[in-house]
This record gives sequence, structure tokens and C-alpha cells, in this order.
Amino acid sequence: MTDTDIKYLLPEIPELHKIEVYEKEGGYEALQKALAMKPDDIIEEVKKSNLRGRGGACFPAGLKWSFMPKNSERPKYLCVNADEGEPGTFKDREILEHNPHALIEGTLIASYAMGVTTAYVYIRGEYVKWMKLLEDAIEEAYAKNYIGKNIAGSKYSVDIYVHRGAGAYICGEESSLMNSLEGERGYPRVKPPFPAQFGLWGCPTTINNVETLANVPVIIKNGAEWYLKIGVEKHPGTLLYGVSGHVNNPGVFELPTGVLLTDLIYKYAGGIRDDKKLKAVIPGGSSTPILRGDSIEGVRMDADSLIEAGSSIGTGGVIVMDEDTDIPKILERISRFYHHESCGQCTPCREGTGWMEKIIRRINRGEGTMKDIDVLRDVADNIEGNTICALGDAAAWPVQSAIRRFRGEFEAKIKMEKTVAA
Amino acid sequence: MATIYVDGKTYEVNPNNNLLHECLQKGIDIPYFCWHPAMGSVGSCRQCAVKQYKDENDTTGQIVMSCMVPAADGTRISVDDEEAVEFRRSVIEWLMTNHPHDCPICDEGGECHLQDMTVMAGHNYRRFRFKKKTYINQYLGPLINHEMNRCIQCYRCVRFYKDYAHGDDLDVFGAHNHIYFGRHEDGVLENEFSGNLVEVCPTGVFTDKTLKEHYTRKWDMTTAPSICTHCGVGCNTIGAERYGSVRRILNRYNGQVNGYFLCDRGRYGYDYVNSEDRIRTPMMRQENGELESASKELVLNTLKEALKSKKNIIGIGSPRASVESNYALKKFVGSDRYYTGLSDTESKLVDKIIGILKNAPVRSPSLKDIRESDAVFILGEDVTNTAPMMALALRQSIRQEPLKLVDMLKIPRWHEYAVQDTLQQRKGPFFIASVTGTKLDDIATRTYRAESDDIARLGFAVAHILNKDAPAVKKLNKEVKQLAEVIAGALKKAERPVIVSGTSLGNEVIVHAAANVAAALSKEDRRTNLSYIVPEANTMGVGLLGGGSIGDAIRGVKDKKADTLIIFENDLYRRANKSNVDSFLKHFKHIIVVDYMQHTTTQRATAVLPAGTFGETDGTFVNYEGRAQRYFQVYYPEQEIKESWRWLRDATLQAGHNDFKEWQNLDAVVGAINREVAAFRKINEAAPNSRFRIAGLKMSRASARYSGRTSIRSHENVHEQKPPDDPDSPFTFTMEGYSGIKPPGLTNLFWAPRWNSVQALTRFQEEIDGPLRGGDPGVRLIEPAQRFSFSYFTDVPAAFEKRNDEFYTVPLHHIFGSDELSIKAPWIGELAPKPYVLLNKEDAGVKEYNEGDEVEVQLSSGTWKLPVKISDSIPAGVIGIPAGLPGLETAILPGWSTISK
Ligand SMILES: Cc1cc2nc3c(=O)[nH]c(=O)nc-3n(C[C@H](O)[C@H](O)[C@H](O)COP(=O)(O)O)c2cc1C
Ligand code: SF4
Ligand code: SF4
Ligand code: SF4
Ligand code: FES
Repeated sequence: MTDTDIKYLLPEIPELHKIEVYEKEGGYEALQKALAMKPDDIIEEVKKSNLRGRGGACFPAGLKWSFMPKNSERPKYLCVNADEGEPGTFKDREILEHNPHALIEGTLIASYAMGVTTAYVYIRGEYVKWMKLLEDAIEEAYAKNYIGKNIAGSKYSVDIYVHRGAGAYICGEESSLMNSLEGERGYPRVKPPFPAQFGLWGCPTTINNVETLANVPVIIKNGAEWYLKIGVEKHPGTLLYGVSGHVNNPGVFELPTGVLLTDLIYKYAGGIRDDKKLKAVIPGGSSTPILRGDSIEGVRMDADSLIEAGSSIGTGGVIVMDEDTDIPKILERISRFYHHESCGQCTPCREGTGWMEKIIRRINRGEGTMKDIDVLRDVADNIEGNTICALGDAAAWPVQSAIRRFRGEFEAKIKMEKTVAA
Repeated sequence: MATIYVDGKTYEVNPNNNLLHECLQKGIDIPYFCWHPAMGSVGSCRQCAVKQYKDENDTTGQIVMSCMVPAADGTRISVDDEEAVEFRRSVIEWLMTNHPHDCPICDEGGECHLQDMTVMAGHNYRRFRFKKKTYINQYLGPLINHEMNRCIQCYRCVRFYKDYAHGDDLDVFGAHNHIYFGRHEDGVLENEFSGNLVEVCPTGVFTDKTLKEHYTRKWDMTTAPSICTHCGVGCNTIGAERYGSVRRILNRYNGQVNGYFLCDRGRYGYDYVNSEDRIRTPMMRQENGELESASKELVLNTLKEALKSKKNIIGIGSPRASVESNYALKKFVGSDRYYTGLSDTESKLVDKIIGILKNAPVRSPSLKDIRESDAVFILGEDVTNTAPMMALALRQSIRQEPLKLVDMLKIPRWHEYAVQDTLQQRKGPFFIASVTGTKLDDIATRTYRAESDDIARLGFAVAHILNKDAPAVKKLNKEVKQLAEVIAGALKKAERPVIVSGTSLGNEVIVHAAANVAAALSKEDRRTNLSYIVPEANTMGVGLLGGGSIGDAIRGVKDKKADTLIIFENDLYRRANKSNVDSFLKHFKHIIVVDYMQHTTTQRATAVLPAGTFGETDGTFVNYEGRAQRYFQVYYPEQEIKESWRWLRDATLQAGHNDFKEWQNLDAVVGAINREVAAFRKINEAAPNSRFRIAGLKMSRASARYSGRTSIRSHENVHEQKPPDDPDSPFTFTMEGYSGIKPPGLTNLFWAPRWNSVQALTRFQEEIDGPLRGGDPGVRLIEPAQRFSFSYFTDVPAAFEKRNDEFYTVPLHHIFGSDELSIKAPWIGELAPKPYVLLNKEDAGVKEYNEGDEVEVQLSSGTWKLPVKISDSIPAGVIGIPAGLPGLETAILPGWSTISK
């Protein structure tokens, strides 16, 4: 485990968002280096670095890039996913605000490596401010010929466009994002075929999260070896942990993967407010399974460790809940979100999410029955793994885990009603 | 071929299909909603889930959607797996959470796929204890009822409407579980194929509004296989009746013809059968000059004198009467005294068309062939209005050429959204040359607007580019020449091009030009598809039978010395100038009209006999393709309504002629045609004859659940009456008889155990989306000659020159309004345009006419006052008048006219 002071995404450098400052700090050197490399060698290097996607699924980035066809007659595209819709997640916007050129540089390297000549940044509709910031940065980079024709003196040309979404969480799902870019309804596509074969406008496409791409420059600049040493080897690098909830010092913290969850809460986020006891944590954005506060001792924040702990690293959005928290209420709020954001294309999610929300609300109102808990569990189980996109899973996991780990709280609400009635 | 394993059993399957398709094909029941054989898979309903295993050692497996997984070699699945069963149950449970369960008042009742799937997927206990959400329904016009609360969000409606039929005013709105399928606001659905929503929607959201006007439970209707009577395409339909009136029309799948769909004219035009203008009893002209009902005996007795000598009789048939009736008339009066009932123009064109299809190196395509074409060139037809279902077929053709990319990329063709994502805006070559805008323009690569001679010139030019033996076109301007090059280039590159033309502009040279293009494209091993659109259900039938036109009859009447005229099912005033018909009719002492509708000609009759519509009679029609198809009587009429040939048989027998003594039933007539008319040598193959039996049984017309079999007439007579006998067909009029899966031509109901909706169709198909079991019904009477004798037509016309004082006046056809029969259905009438005259902007400017001004259009057939409509696209010097609309029926077009205010 390395130095917790390594910060390359959000280093404390004033005005880093300005291209002059970024350049002065060694920015765009990685791009220069990459442009002198063979595209395949870049992909190899990224593969070696074990860089895993920061959009929630931890998919190895280098591997994903290698799926792109080499000799394609059709144009290839890269989509930068800046939709950041998952509740509890607010890290990408920090990059857009403080270090947009790292994203641009990463995007350019990735584009070059995959032979992409057009990249789109799909940005969350509510991120008006951040879209402006990014557009300014892109304009600067165009002016300095990092983007555009024959970039940085090379023979390679590429364009980056920014596209603002209209405020649908589902459009952060990669295939939905592409439909939305095409001007269609933001409906996820059934896979296969996969985007690397049939993505945007039916052409080979790769979709990466903002943070994923922002990791690329340091990998190219310092090499995979260097990168592998940061954090956990199978899931290396720093992560932007967004800690929210009942902590004294909420915010985004750049720390290596594998940091202790307890450290994150108590050391970096300043502990629970009013020194209350910890009741529960959602470790990776609202869709990841909820953990009991008394079960997080020794749990580390990386992909494998969290799976072992019964949850998922997701987007690294840690939601902390103290002893006063009403878990069924929290679950109701989460379920309302997934119900509202369900696109409505496939049955389990469309119908199941609404039903789950209704049952939970009823339990919270004190009108539930014991059987409701079973039905709730059953609905969630039938959704999981059986939908077109992962929103169904995202809706099911919180429900399944909350019932599994906090069943008593649900039962109490039901019993209370029974006693009052009696 | 590939081998797959389903619950331990081995099946040989086609790996190009998906698992759902192949399982249904093998008779394995898997419930489904969103998949449709014509529209592929999208994986949205999740109802078709099964368990898939990696290999024989995999015991856990994974739930997959069978419609989204290719039936690849070695695939192992289980339909019965407990988890899969439970998941399917939960899908239907979800779909049912908000469903209103209003089955007793739902028009889908009795043929509801949702009910079937609910039972099949095993959801029978309701756990959802909340209020259901409700929606506001929309007014969608007179044809379709909207009840959104019943929706299960399967997306089939929009997939048909937008993706298949290219409509743009029905869509999906909203998100999560508040998804709405409808229009952006209330209003008449604009697409001409909207009626198919009724069958495509698996629930009671979209239902037949016209059925509501005279609602009957589905199982209480008597049904029979029929053929649409509203244009020359000959779509296969099912007619349904109760209490002596036709209640609705359903699609009858024919893989070669209409497939799964019908047009709205065909689906909703049926109500003419129930119209007040029907003739239901024999009538005689009385002393006082009035036509009044009379008994059959009296009328036939009176006709004895009129029919005494055949030499005194002239017979006029009709393109809306069956081959059998036309044949009978021709046989009785003799070839030289029989006229087909076609107008002069139609007759000339139809003869030409038949000659070309028989002798030129071309082939007339079925709609299936057209759907599969990869390049299209249309000359002069507004296909959506003249042969609607051919237009829907043509719409599918634009995918064919770009599908090559899909195949190259190895995307399964059934993976609909992946196909769409790949195709994007790509369209195959599609060219339209027409007088004014057409309803296929939205998919056209290029359009060309010109007067009909100029359209022909473009065609001739294309043919000449393709083959220098075809005549060149003189004085062609540069733009047209370039366009001809583009069209020729695209057609040459295509593997399965189709040329479409027809009779609707009444111009012979267009027909010739189309033939030249097709012939020039043909190679030794390939006959180019050439599709000629003809106007009526049996236009080709009378064309093949042969005979003079109405004009010939009129011109020849002086020499024939006839005093009796027999007219079968024809209003002469629609087909020849009024003054000519008037003076023609004056030659006759006896005018016997056998028809089912009253019209101007019946008003001039001395005797009228009630013929039957498709509802009350059997017969054969020949469609544009040359396909002979049989329609079967739907119900037994209470009144004296009979086939025209039967009336002729009865009347002539009474008058002492023995020609038809042996004609006891339809088989006898068909047999005679078969023996005597070379062109109809295969007519008996169109359908099984009346002796056909399964297990010794006749086929039942009514369903097994039909109610009132013994009581329906008890108000007349409490004793159970013997059901009427049907000598003409293998059908009974009741539920007695064979009710299982009937042979293709005799299908009157799509039903199979566990499948009560039209989705039962998969059980009737030899191959899903392919032919029906036992072959698609109908028989092609015209096949390309082995050796052809063809020389290119050389009558290249001169370029159109506008006249100073006259306008060339062309008919503009309307799907709703131009057809003589369907316009009698009130809802079709509601959708028909008001009469108008279409004028070029320039001409309107010169004449100082504004949109809506009333002008007088003077044609040789009459004078009409019409409001002006101004158009950018109709060429200067040409005007258009809607064909056949009420009030305009007697305008004989094309022709020259003058306009004044
Ligand atoms: C419902 C849903 C919403 C998603 N929203 C986002 C998002 O806002 N941002 C994001 O980067 N990934 C999001 N994802 C994940 C993307 O589909 C995709 O996996 C990711 O962008 C890939 O990038 P990565 O490999 O760099 O992580 C979402 C996934 C789902 C199922
Ligand atoms: S899982 Fe939900 S969001 Fe995803 S496609 Fe299905 S309905 Fe839409
Ligand atoms: S209206 Fe009918 S076809 Fe359309 S989605 Fe609903 S149930 Fe399916
Ligand atoms: S296309 Fe013609 S034959 Fe077919 S349904 Fe329509 S009107 Fe009838
Ligand atoms: S039929 Fe397969 S998902 Fe709907």
C-alpha cells in the first residue's frame, strides 16, 4: 500500500483548470508521448496497468479498448460518460471543475489508441456550470491544437463535442447514452451486439467514465509499473471517494484504492456528526448493497474487498448513516429514485420498481403486513439479473440488502402498527 | 441446420432464427408478447424467458430471453426449469398489476393474447394490493378505439406503426411505469394501415371501433375465408357475421400475399354489405314506372320472354363479379355478345398487361416478392391509394439493399433494434415518377413529377439506357436524362428489382414503358418482376376471360339487334359517358340487372335480381398478380340473395334453356371453366372443392362456442330447424363439423389449444413467417412463358405540351373514397376527402384562382363545380380530380377539360 498523499486527479494546484497551468505541471506530455507510440502499445500499457472503469462496473479499460475493431471501414467513436446520475456520486464534476484537461488528455490518448476520430462527452443535464467549464477547457485545447486537425504536430486528427443530456439517469447507461446522442429515446439496447461492434450510429464505440479517462495520462506518463503500485494491484490507482451523509466533513477525497472504509469515514470525513453511532453505510453509490455499521471493521475500498463484504465499490460514493437513521425510509427514497428513473422499456424494472416503492411506502406508513416483506423480497429477486440494463439490478440490490440486513426494522414498523391497532 | 436441446429433447432447427421462433415452430409453448414474426425481437417484455445452459455439465444455467438468443448449434435450454417458470410467472404478474381486468366489457374478449399468456405463464393469484394507475383515452378516429388502461407496454403498436408502416403520429410517451401509447393529441390516426393495431396489440387497447357499432362476442360470429373486394391486390381476409350482418373483417395470413396485415380500406370497407342501398329482393318495373319488390317466381316468370332467344341478348359482366358469374354470362350469351364491363381505357390496358405478363421476359411478383425487392421504380401510380397493401410491401423493400450490411456484420436479422441501429437512415433505391405527390414519397430516393406521357418517356429512357435495343427517347431534357441514368444504374445493380406501374392514369404508354424497363433488365436466368396495378378485385379475372369493353358494347349495339340486356354487378355510369350509356340503354326493352347495390344503372333496370356480396356467395377472383383466389360465403342470407350465375341458371332454366341444367353447385361451374377456358386451367386448384372432408366431416363455419345455434330463429318457429345446407363449399353454416386446423384455403379462424388469439397463427404455418401448412392458398394463372416473344414497345410519346385553353385532367385516387364499395361504409365515408380540383400554382396564378375558390370543370362526361386546391407538384397544364368520390363517380378520366369560374 502506498502513500495516501498521491493525488493526480485533484492535486492541490491552484488554477489547474487553466491550460497554461496544466501544461506547466507537465500536462499534455503524456499525449505527446502517446502520439509517438503505436496505438496498440498504448492499449497494452493500459491493459498492464489494470486500470478499471470508474463508472460503476470496474471493467478493465485496456481490455475494453482492445475490443474495438482494428481495421474498420466505419468510423469509430468514443463516448465520455459525464452523466453522473447515481445518487451519492459527485466526483466526476470535481474533475470537470478542477482538472478538465486531464479528462481531455485522457480522451485524446484513448481516441488515438483506438483510432477514434470523434469523441463525445455526454454530460448530465443539470451540470450546466460544469459543461461551461469543460467547454472552455476544450476551446483552450483546440486553440493549442491538442484537439483538431493534426494534433500536436502529429498526423492524427480528432474532434471532441460536448452533448448535454436532458436529466435522465438512464442516459448514463452506456447504450442508452448512445441512443440519446442519436436523438432517440434514451432506451438501453439489448446486448449483444456490444458497443465495440455496434455502438453509436451502428459503428464501433467505446464508452468510458470521466474518471477512468482522467487516469490515463498518468499511466502513459509514468508507466503501468508505477501505476500498479498505487493502491490495490488488481484495482490500482486513486479513487475519488465521495462521502456524504451523517459525517462531519463530507466531500470528495482522492485516495488510493483499498483504503479502509472506517478510515474514510472517521479519518477523512471527520467521523459521524454529534458522535453518534454508525448504523449503516452504502459504499458505492445508492445502488450498491447497504452494509451494517457493525460489519465494516477492516473492510477495504476496492472492487474485490467490497464484493467479499457483500456489497460493491460502484462509483465510490459512500453514504453514511447514523444510529437515528430510519432504514425503511432511506430505502423508500432510494426506491422512489429507481422507480422514477426506470426508462419503462422492460417489464421487470418498469413494473417491479414501482411496486417495490409502493410496498415500502406502505410499510413506512404503518400499513404494511409481514407478507409485504416477502413479496418485496420476491419482486426484487425476480428483477435482479433479468432486465435489459443494470438499472433493474440497481433497484433490486438496495432492497434485497436492506431486508437481509435490517429486516428487524421493517418488521418493527409492521408490528408497531399491529399493537397500536390492538 | 443446427441441433438444439430443449428440456433434454433434441431438435433440428434453423440457426438463423431465434430460440423463441424455433421453439414455437416445434410446437413448444413459450409465452411471449413483444416478439412478432414480421417485426422481429426487441427483448422488452421478458415474457419469453427460458433457462440456458453452457454445456451438458452446467446445472445452474442462466435466465435468457428466448427471443434474443440465436438457435445456434448446440444450444441447451430448459423451458420447464423451475426458476424460468417462476420468472415467467412474475412477468405476467407484473404486467397484470395495473391491468384493469375488465374482460367482460373488453372488445379483446374471446381472442385475448394477454389472457392466454396469463394462463400459460401460470399467474393466478393477485399479490398487488394497490390502486391501479389510470390513463386518459384518446379519440383516434372512426376506425380504432383506444383504451390505454389495458396496455401492457409491449411496444408492438409503435413498432408496427412507426417502424413497419412508417407512420409518424403514434408514439410512446412518458417513462417508468407511466408509459403512454397514443398520439401527441386526440385525432384521426393518419396511417392507412392503422387498423392492424387491432391485431398487433395483444390486449384490448386498440380495438375495432366499427365492431362496436354492432358488437358481437367473438365466438358468436360465423366466419369464412374471404378475399378483399376493395382493390386489385386480393388480400386474404376472414369475414365474420351474426344475425345476417357482417360485423368485421380480420386478416387471413397468406405468406405470398398480405402476410399479417391489411389496409384500412380492406379491413373497414365491409359495411357496404349491411348498407341500406343493398338490393335484397327481386324487383320488377311496374306499370307506374316504379321498381318494386316482387316474388322470385313472378320475376323469373316474367323474364321468360326476355330470355327466350339468346340471339336477342347482350351481357355485360363486371370486374367486381366473380370469374364464375362472368363466365356463366359469357357462356350463355356467347363470346360476341358478352362484354367484360371494363371501361374502354381499362379494357385496353388490361389486355395489354395480360399480353405483357404472358409473353414478355418479365414476371408478375407476389407481395412477398415485392417485400423482398431491393430496388423499386414506380411509374405513374400512387400505390398507397391504388393498391394499398402493395405500398406496405414496397415500404419493406427499402430495407433489402441495406440489409446486406447487417448480414455482413453478422447481426441476426430478427434482432430488430440492432438492425435499426445498423441501418440508421440507409434506404435501398426507390424511384417514383408520378403526376403529383404520392404517399410513398417519404421513402423515395428521387421523385419525378410529370404528366403521364412524360412519365412514360422517363421509363422509355431508362429502358434504352439498360438495353440499346429498346427505343431511344427524342428531345429529352438534360435533367430527365440524368435522372434516367441514375435510375438505370440503381436497377442494374440490384439483384431483385421490381418495376411497378398500372392502369390508374389510364395511359397505355406508361404500361409499355414499364414493360420495356423490366424487359431490358431481364437476363437469361432472371425475369424481372413487373407489377401492374389494376383497380378491382376481379379486373384480371375478366381480363383473362376476355371480351369487349363497355364502349364496344355501346358502339356495337346497333348491329346486334338485341332487345334484352343483362348486366352483372356493374354500374355502367361509372365507366362510360353518361350520355352514351343513356342512349345505349334506350335500345333495350328488357334491362335485367343482377347486383347487390343500388346505383344509377339499377334505376334504369326493368328487372333487378339480388346478387350476393362476398358475405353471401362463393366465387373466385384473380388479383393483379394473376393469382386466382377463392372466397367463401360467410353466412346464409335470409332473403333471396344468390350468386349472379345462379340467378342466370334459374332464369334461363325457367325460360327453357338447358345450358346450365347440370350446374347444381359451384364445383360444376368451376369444372366447366377449367375445361373450357385455357387461361383458367388451374382454377380448380384455387381451393378445395365442396366434397372436401376431414375425417368424413365438413368444415365448421361457427366456432365450437357459438351460442344460439338452435334458438337463433326461435322467435319464428320454436322447433329446431335444420341448418341450411351449403352445396358450394365444404363448410357447414354451424359449429357442426371439423373445427381443428383446416387446410390453408379454408382457414376461417386462427385458433389452437391454448392460443385463442390470432397469435395461434404460428400453429398454421409450415414455417413461421413462411407459407401456411400445405402451401399458401391461391393459384397463379400467369407464369412467364418458357420462350417469350417480345419486341420492345416503340410508341415513345412526344413530350407533354400544355394547351392554352384546356387542361389534361387525370384521376387522383384516394384509399378512402375512390372505391365504389367501401365508400358505403359510413366510417370510410367520414375519412374520404370532399371533391376538389387540384391545380398547379402557376396555372392558378394565371387564372387568378385562390385556394378554395369554386370553379366549373367541364369534361366530356359532364360538368362539376369544385373547390380549387393548389399544388406545387402537379405539372402546369394538368389538373387532377379525385376518382370515384360520391358526386364524381361519373367523371370519366383521363380527358381534356376546361375550367371557368
Ligand atoms: C442505470 C445506469 C446508469 C449509469 N450511469 C452512469 C453514469 O452516470 N456515469 C458513468 O460513468 N457510468 C454510468 N453507468 C455505467 C455505464 O453504463 C458504463 O458502464 C460506464 O460508463 C463505462 O465506463 P467505465 O468502463 O469507464 O466505467 C450507468 C449504468 C447504468 C446501468
Ligand atoms: S432495466 Fe429498467 S431502465 Fe433498464 S431497460 Fe429495463 S426498464 Fe429500462
Ligand atoms: S397498446 Fe397494445 S401493442 Fe401497444 S404497448 Fe400497449 S399492449 Fe402493446
Ligand atoms: S390492399 Fe386492397 S385488397 Fe388488400 S386489404 Fe387493401 S383494399 Fe383490400
Ligand atoms: S417476446 Fe422475448 S422479450 Fe418479449
